[in-house]
Amino acid sequence: MSGCLAWARRSLFSGWLSTLTTLALLWLAWRWLPPLVDWAIASAVWRAEGPSACRGAQGACWAFIAEKHRFILFGTYPFEQHWRPAAASLLLIVLWLCSSLRRFWNGGLAAAWVAGLALIGALMWGGVAGLPYVENERWGGLTLTLLLATFGIAFALPLSIVLALGRRSTLPVLRLACTGYIELVRGVPLISVLFMASVMLPLFLPAGLTIDKLLRAQLALVLFAAAYLAEVVRGGLQAIPRGQHEAADALGFAYWRKMGLVILPQALRLSIPPLVNTFIGLFKDTSLVLIIGLFDFLSTVKVSLQDPAWSGFGLEAYLFASLVYFAFCHAMSSYSRRLEHESARAVVSGAAAPYNRGS
Amino acid sequence: MKLVIRCAAVLAALSAGHASAQATAEAVAKKGFVQCGVNVGLAGFSQPDSQGVWKGIDVDLCRAVAAAVLGDASKVRYTPLTAQQRFTALQSGEVDILSRNTTWTLSRDTSLGLNFAGVNYYDGQGFMVPAKRKVKSAKQLNGATVCVQPGTTTELNLADYFRTHKMKFKPVVIEKLEEVLNAYFTGRCDVYTTDVSGLVAVRASRAPKPAEHVILPEVISKEPLGPAVRHGDDRWFDIVKWSLYAMIEAEELGLSSKNIEQQAGSANPAVQRFVGATGDLGKMLGLDNRWAVHIIKQVGNYAESFDANLKPLGFERGINKLWTQGGLMYAPPIR
Repeated sequence: MSGCLAWARRSLFSGWLSTLTTLALLWLAWRWLPPLVDWAIASAVWRAEGPSACRGAQGACWAFIAEKHRFILFGTYPFEQHWRPAAASLLLIVLWLCSSLRRFWNGGLAAAWVAGLALIGALMWGGVAGLPYVENERWGGLTLTLLLATFGIAFALPLSIVLALGRRSTLPVLRLACTGYIELVRGVPLISVLFMASVMLPLFLPAGLTIDKLLRAQLALVLFAAAYLAEVVRGGLQAIPRGQHEAADALGFAYWRKMGLVILPQALRLSIPPLVNTFIGLFKDTSLVLIIGLFDFLSTVKVSLQDPAWSGFGLEAYLFASLVYFAFCHAMSSYSRRLEHESARAVVSGAAAPYNRGS
Repeated sequence: MKLVIRCAAVLAALSAGHASAQATAEAVAKKGFVQCGVNVGLAGFSQPDSQGVWKGIDVDLCRAVAAAVLGDASKVRYTPLTAQQRFTALQSGEVDILSRNTTWTLSRDTSLGLNFAGVNYYDGQGFMVPAKRKVKSAKQLNGATVCVQPGTTTELNLADYFRTHKMKFKPVVIEKLEEVLNAYFTGRCDVYTTDVSGLVAVRASRAPKPAEHVILPEVISKEPLGPAVRHGDDRWFDIVKWSLYAMIEAEELGLSSKNIEQQAGSANPAVQRFVGATGDLGKMLGLDNRWAVHIIKQVGNYAESFDANLKPLGFERGINKLWTQGGLMYAPPIR
């Protein structure tokens, strides 16, 4: 008990400013929490046959989410086939979780990704094993957001490393091309890149040749994110001391071995926080695909609000959307924190080892 | 952004001939579905329901075309389009029909390289006021505070109307729909103006008590909404046009999805021609002779589509009644 009191005195009431802040926050909580809990839980309508039950209620109308959740999660995917995008999304999340654990970091993981993506493709498109074919215009909701983000990150990162290396290359043409690309893409907003990819690009293609709309949006996201990620990676590359390059040269490493074995592992580790920062940004940027008529997660939330029978429950809908976005973004950022701790420990123990050996 | 859109539209118009070199009707028959550009979400016109199925009168038009061309109304793929991309999507060949509550104007019909195949909803800008103000006509609105959203022709029409009637008004211009409605319902403005279809939908779904608001009889602009196709493909233009007219004509002939099969044997020569029992009207369009039967059986006539999609929202037929009932819905003779 005394420990608890001591903690409170130390952290909450250490000076007049902190005491004042604590009291203000306590007052706010006392003022706002009970009505909020009442609205969100006690008086909320959880299940209802129709919107009329919500109209008279004082609390939140979670029945709206219950009614619309399948459209919000899976968009216009055929209703009776919803288990397929559900399974695909779960598979994607499981793949991400496995990839985050160090003990799975081996050749098997790459094979698992290839197999997993093939399975996801088979599930989503169908046309095999008796599953009816579903064109990818009908994919939507959270599944689409996850797919766009996954492929966006998976392809943008390697591309960005190439761009960053190119920008620091001693070959002038390569350097100019990479710098030009990065500066050009960073100079335009994502929305206009998406718009170009969706509207302008088909005009320049020969008649009869069409590139799938989803693929165009995905390409636009990859190309856009790669430019930002390249600058992050370049930051990491520049932080590596000259001595590391010279040491690698002295060992007789050629360019790719030097980069792959010495420079990039250190540079990427340094770049983890800003990389994850950009990943989180990309995850949320996928919501801009509404402008080209793709129903990502946020768009399905917005479209379900258009239903006149259920309109006016925007607060509940957006709260739900923000909770889902928060869950994914928070998972990414806390994982990046863990990764930093782990690699910091690795650096400390790795650096300490030679000295320990002598004692 | 605006510039990009404008450039895209001009480029689209220039490339219009090239995109339509391939006849749309054949292409549709070959691929087995109609690619239809619809609104991302507008209640009553085109909107996915809780199960993700597209519903609305604009959606029904696409289904009618699919029924006429392919004999199956379900063979439609939908491309949700925002206002900015709708015309270029049609021009680049991404969609076969643009059925997205689009106002038919001269400039769109010509310089954008579109052909409007008809009108499936006559809309127009109107005014909504709280009933307790006892306003009966828009001419009594002198000095009123008017809530309006910026950017579209709505704002200009409003200014024009008050100027021609030598009245003063105070505009409250708010970009976001939620906020402009909030301003109106909390009494910050006396009047809210937008298209009548929008007013009806707002009154039905957003007003705390719908009965406390009235929509004034004056309609101050013409907004004929209809499906559009690309320039330069006359056969496809004909098919879309007559699919719409078939729905209107069926209502006039008293044919509906419920009775079309029984009526097929009717002695009425107009019905005989309509169902393809006599004459070769379907063949003239390059379609199955029972094209109109497919449309009416699977989609319904215009009244059925209206009643299923717009009536529940509180829309009245108004000027969208048949010409025989004093409205504007008029199909040229199907003969």
